[in-house]
Amino acid sequence: MSPLDLVTDHGQPVREDLGHLPLALRGVTVSYGAEPVVFSVDMSVAPGAMTAIIGPNGAGKSTLLKAALGVVKPLAGRVTAWGAPLASQRARIAYVPQRASVDWDFPTQVRDVVLMGLYRELGLLRRVRARHMDKVMACLDRVGMAEFADRQIGQLSGGQQQRVFLARALAQEADLYLLDEPFAGVDAATEAAIIAVLKSLRDEGKTVVAVHHDLSTVEAYFDRVFLINRRRMAEGPVAEAFTDETLRATYGGRLGDGLVARAG
Amino acid sequence: MLLDALTLQLGYNATLVAIGATMLGVAAGAVGAFLYLRKRALVSDAVSHATLPGLALAFLVLVALGGDGRLLPVLMLGSALSSWVGLWLVSWMGRATRLSEDAAIGAVLSVFFGFGIVLLTVIQTLSAGRQAGLEGFLLGSTAGMLRGDALLIAAGGALVLAATFVLRRPLLMIAFDEGHAEVQGLNVRALDLMLMTLVMAVTVVGLKIVGLILIVALLIIPPVAARFWTEDATTVALLSGLFGGLSGYAGAALSATAPDLPTGPIIVLMAFALFAASLFFAPSRGILAAALRHRRLQHRVHLRQGLLALAHGQPVYERLTQRMLRDHGLVRADGVATEAGRRAAAAALRDEARWQELRRADTLSELAPRDDGLTRIEEVLTRDQLAELDARLTPREAL
Repeated sequence: MSPLDLVTDHGQPVREDLGHLPLALRGVTVSYGAEPVVFSVDMSVAPGAMTAIIGPNGAGKSTLLKAALGVVKPLAGRVTAWGAPLASQRARIAYVPQRASVDWDFPTQVRDVVLMGLYRELGLLRRVRARHMDKVMACLDRVGMAEFADRQIGQLSGGQQQRVFLARALAQEADLYLLDEPFAGVDAATEAAIIAVLKSLRDEGKTVVAVHHDLSTVEAYFDRVFLINRRRMAEGPVAEAFTDETLRATYGGRLGDGLVARAG
Repeated sequence: MLLDALTLQLGYNATLVAIGATMLGVAAGAVGAFLYLRKRALVSDAVSHATLPGLALAFLVLVALGGDGRLLPVLMLGSALSSWVGLWLVSWMGRATRLSEDAAIGAVLSVFFGFGIVLLTVIQTLSAGRQAGLEGFLLGSTAGMLRGDALLIAAGGALVLAATFVLRRPLLMIAFDEGHAEVQGLNVRALDLMLMTLVMAVTVVGLKIVGLILIVALLIIPPVAARFWTEDATTVALLSGLFGGLSGYAGAALSATAPDLPTGPIIVLMAFALFAASLFFAPSRGILAAALRHRRLQHRVHLRQGLLALAHGQPVYERLTQRMLRDHGLVRADGVATEAGRRAAAAALRDEARWQELRRADTLSELAPRDDGLTRIEEVLTRDQLAELDARLTPREAL
């Protein structure tokens, strides 16, 4: 942030200092067609915490994540990472996509997928050295997939594929991790393994943001929640922002089994 | 001269060519529409390139038998046969191996075309000078076209068009929902084969005028251009036929105005002109309309967010937001809200508060999905519902 922004001049606004936030959205509106999918959303992702993005289907969760990653261009508003434009901070942000977005028949092995996480380090021409492969194996080990390093990715189970994606994000050694439904369609063992890794990242001071749809595990897994239904419905620590009232406002009359499970 | 050409005043031959080209264009456009809707436009590329070896072989056979190598019906038959083989190879590769269709198309297209070019070279060395006509089949040439040829092309086009008309319903069914069509008792494979046969027929009929390299354009560009104007499949096919016919007619007429203008490329350029016009100017699907829509939405969003910022006493950062507020007379040049601005901001805030309360009201919360930030609540609720909502609001909110 340039010091100029801090000057008040004839009623011109003072820019809010967002430098301490790994990710901040201000007034972000996104539309794919005739109407906004996400309307005027403010989001402040707290550093060193795990945040769940929660909302019903079609509420704009993935769209919000895409706007936060700079993949879709907002109609209005701005996105900053550590107070700076997103583009300048890409190296510090890792992304784990939804499993469905990948061609699993693609001819590549597990270790090569993880190696792609090192692209920023390797660039176009640098040789892959032993230390790079060591890092790859360390990341695979961390998610419990080291013994699968030579498998073609299509031969893995859904949960294993998800762990490989997480390993690729780990290889990037980012400060902010964005995950789109990391627990969708994975087995219980994988879910436990992934959450353990994410918590260890948090304990190292990294920031984790995940789109999440299982309301019953929110309290056990996350520190903070961001409730969205086209607009920001609530945001804050789980104890304050994840309440019956905020959930009702977010899900409306269509409150499903999730809340029942949470209440019970 | 141009006017003469377009009104068919350039003589008997040019008129015949124009009629043939028009008929060909209509047929190609109509068949192309179904090909495009079936999402197999690329296959036509393999079909057309696979005609070349057959064309050359037919020529060689004719010459060997002592006849004129340029007898069009025989050349068309040879082309049809070899393109059949190519088509069969593409579908066989898809079934027998794990290759996807686009890879199979690429392989067949290039191998057949390469082989055809080799044969053309052989022909050139065998009978230097006499084969001048054969290259014309690559890009189309109407120079020295016989009356019989033109009639054959027109008749062939009409036949293809008639067959397409008869098959239009089952073809649309397999294009939209293969599974349903199959359950209805339609033979999907046979219908696909018939569609490909029609594509092949168009290719063969168009060899002389448009040439085998460019015929693909006449199959694909008209339906793509037509798609911009309509959301109805039958209309796509009709418009596509019209666009194809117009391109064929205007292209043939234009190329007749000068001695060395190649017919095929000019027809394709005409088709492209129609496509470009559609791309830009079509209502609703055209890019001009889309850009205008996007801009209007963006302005509404910025105006609304600006008003809400005013209402909350927050500063407005974005230039566009500032400009929208100023242009609507809601803030003065120095950024201070005008009287109208304060009123509009208060109204926006009330609207927001109502939407928020609507989510808490059990009887109304199912309307919450209508809240997209821009829709005014008065457009969604009846007067009674609004009164009910305001009754809930008054104790807590004092605006």
